[in-house]
Amino acid sequence: MWQAVYEELKDEGLEIIAVAFDTAGKAAVEAKIRAADCAERPAMLARLMGWNDDLWARQAPPTYPCLIDEAHVVAELYGMTNVPQGVWIDENGRIVRAAESAGAYDMVHHMNRATFEIPDDAAEAGIAIRDLYINALRDWVRKGASSAYALPANEVRRRMRGPSEADVRAATHVHIGRYLYGKGAIEGAKFHFKEAVRLCPDSWNYRRQSNMLDPQSIGELNAGPDFWEAIDALGGKAFYPAADFSSAG
Amino acid sequence: MRVSTVLYDDRITEGLEAEAIGDQLWLSPAAMTAATGWKLETEGLCKGDACVRTDTQWVDADGRVNLSAFAAHMGQPVTREDAHGVWAFGTSVNARRDALFSLNAPEFTLPDIDGNLHSLSDYRGKKIFMYSWGSY
Repeated sequence: MWQAVYEELKDEGLEIIAVAFDTAGKAAVEAKIRAADCAERPAMLARLMGWNDDLWARQAPPTYPCLIDEAHVVAELYGMTNVPQGVWIDENGRIVRAAESAGAYDMVHHMNRATFEIPDDAAEAGIAIRDLYINALRDWVRKGASSAYALPANEVRRRMRGPSEADVRAATHVHIGRYLYGKGAIEGAKFHFKEAVRLCPDSWNYRRQSNMLDPQSIGELNAGPDFWEAIDALGGKAFYPAADFSSAG
Repeated sequence: MRVSTVLYDDRITEGLEAEAIGDQLWLSPAAMTAATGWKLETEGLCKGDACVRTDTQWVDADGRVNLSAFAAHMGQPVTREDAHGVWAFGTSVNARRDALFSLNAPEFTLPDIDGNLHSLSDYRGKKIFMYSWGSY
């Protein structure tokens, strides 16, 4: 769906890079692209993702690079803890917005857990959040450093999730987990991903990956009891804290 | 115990001449360089322009290098998996934090679905919106 945004802005200097945090690699990504259950319920998916009618009508297969990150390296480098999160990098390779929700609404707190149905007010809120994010992206592409959404360096740093000792240790477990997965040692891989979750409990990437290492689960959506249990453990806290555009403009 | 594999950041080296003694991993100088890129020179352990003076405890009588002691000196986290003979050495929290807070977007190279490699720096000169996703 980002393809519609790419088509619109690529001639104005925007590049999009998608990074899939998937230890099962190509097999998982290809399974997801087929995604039969979503294809059969397109209206549900549009509501879930918060794409407005215009963007949804313009959807197309991506022509920008879609990369596969089996060891979650980019998550480690950029402090990304969930999907989708976005990072903005300017022409000089400087980060002007650090990892934050890429316009996703906190739908997990509003949807029906069995049917994925979403009430109208939540669907509207989802579209509003997505539109806000995309409009900010358009503004930055067109105005560059003078866009209010390209943050000053100190503000970028203030919003960053700095790495902790536990984070860098968790990353070593993820590297071992990914290595063992590649060797077919699935139980060993699970053990090390669970260790990463224990050390870095706020990483939804590690948590959801750890639940999806069985070969038969490739490409499935991780929305089982363990996922909802973790959502419940948030209390009222956001799964997708909205990107903060308040101090801008 | 013989160790066959060292993961050093995202570098994977298998079939290494290495020996774990207690919680210390000893490598031949050649294996050390193969696994980590650090080379034993007269000035110390060197990689590119960087040299770290070698502590006497880091090299034994046979000339083997203690990677665990070096990693501890560098502040690197270490995790071992004895059942499969794998040791993973990560990046120190200080190095990771300094890199991120410099605001210079950390470089990486990853394959696309067809196996073609892409580096972030290939796209320098454009505004980049990078987003994460997962099949789960």
